[in-house]
Amino acid sequence: MSVVGATPTVRKTALNAVHRQMGAKMVEFNGWDMPVEYPASIGGGIVAEHMAVRTGVGIFDVSHMGDIRLAGREALAAVQHISMNDASRLALGQAQYSALLYPQGTFVDDVIVHRLGEDDYLLVINAGTREKDFNWVRDNTRQFDCKVEHLSDDFTQIAIQGPRGVDLLQKLTDADLSAVKFYWLTRGTVCGLKNILMGRTGYTAEDGFEIYIPPDEATSARVWHEILAAGKEFGVVPCGLGARNTLRLEGKLPLYGHEITDTINVWEAGLDRFCKMEKPEFIGHGALEKAKAEGVKRTLVGLEMVDRGIARDGYKVLDEAGREIGYVTSGSPAPFLKKNIALAYVPPAQSAIGTIVKVEIRGQGVRAQVIPTPFYKRPKKP
Amino acid sequence: MSYPSDRKYTKEHEWITADGTVGITHHAQDSLGDIVFVELPKVGTELTMGKTFGTVESVKAVSDLYAPASGTVTAVNEALATAPEQVNKDAHRAWMVKVKMKNPAELNALLSAADYDKFVSEEAAH
Repeated sequence: MSVVGATPTVRKTALNAVHRQMGAKMVEFNGWDMPVEYPASIGGGIVAEHMAVRTGVGIFDVSHMGDIRLAGREALAAVQHISMNDASRLALGQAQYSALLYPQGTFVDDVIVHRLGEDDYLLVINAGTREKDFNWVRDNTRQFDCKVEHLSDDFTQIAIQGPRGVDLLQKLTDADLSAVKFYWLTRGTVCGLKNILMGRTGYTAEDGFEIYIPPDEATSARVWHEILAAGKEFGVVPCGLGARNTLRLEGKLPLYGHEITDTINVWEAGLDRFCKMEKPEFIGHGALEKAKAEGVKRTLVGLEMVDRGIARDGYKVLDEAGREIGYVTSGSPAPFLKKNIALAYVPPAQSAIGTIVKVEIRGQGVRAQVIPTPFYKRPKKP
Repeated sequence: MSYPSDRKYTKEHEWITADGTVGITHHAQDSLGDIVFVELPKVGTELTMGKTFGTVESVKAVSDLYAPASGTVTAVNEALATAPEQVNKDAHRAWMVKVKMKNPAELNALLSAADYDKFVSEEAAH
């Protein structure tokens, strides 16, 4: 057995001491010291945390996520220039999934664009790409009359995810959350804190909210504990990055560095519906037009293991004859679906539903089948 | 956690009893988290002390198993193929393989329960 331990000097969120106090197992993730799972004694463990979010509610410290604000007369034009979705469709208080692209049509990062005000947008970005993203946004919006601010350290961000998430947060706020639709925002008093931003967003393929509170340790810890106390009746469980990853994988939500990178383009990643080519211009538009005409050489598919074995990130994908045809971007047991699933890039010829491929696991070709994605879709509320 | 004194321990977190029964430690299962897959050798396989002989996978990680002693596999705990979570529930009872040791004196080089406990605490302090 080799057991990984010891973390080098890394950044900490304001809730770091709380996680350690609760006995969370900590790991380094993109330069951050983050909880991977909480102990079984308080209802934790990746599988239990995952199930809590699918069936009840779980909360996550996602303060490592970054935030960039664009505000000013030409904020919309700036956002339109640097992102692939159409931000002009956003009403006040609405959010959309989008991405920042390189001129080659490949990914700087994926983002959620929130419209906070008339000419006021907030981009929520990945932890590992904070500085890169901010520099990219600043450098590529200089021609616009718009202020670009890096607010990543200005918030503690807590995600309250799961079908009971709305009921939990409603106990702690005066805002009417039933009026907030998925991918919309509101503001209100939360745990006595005024004017708190709450977005009905998340990264779990489940209903839920993400709230943005002041970043000092005392306030962050107080709110975290108040959420856990209020959520007791719903069986709330604190959740770490382990469950966050399996939840997003079941929902086929891309992870930067895995499904999307600076060498993978929008068409390959299958994110067509978030890329609005009818927009006259955005960075990457020209290359994507060309790439579309040429057709893709690889495409992202969902795999389910047929034989015994677990596909992991980076494993090779082989055809039935054993020839290498692609690779796994993310693979794991799926705790809710109770099967071993993976996302992989393969040539379009091997991407049809039902195609049998092999995943090379410790030198052996283990059979897997291409299946429809997302693997998991949350049930519609009656 | 107090570690049973009826067996020896490796720094790679396996245990072995005097009769050659092998498993992983409580600390190992705790570090791995929810165990979902155990891959073990067939009966008759020759193991070499310190070399890998199988794999344990949790939801998030893949870990190799290292042989605590050299010898021939005489039995495999087949129950772990369908119920790998037994390792989480009771790691010191959920054995993996039984080995007919080639040289039982190899065990002298392994850690006692007290030394292993100390080793784990020191590792955690880093």
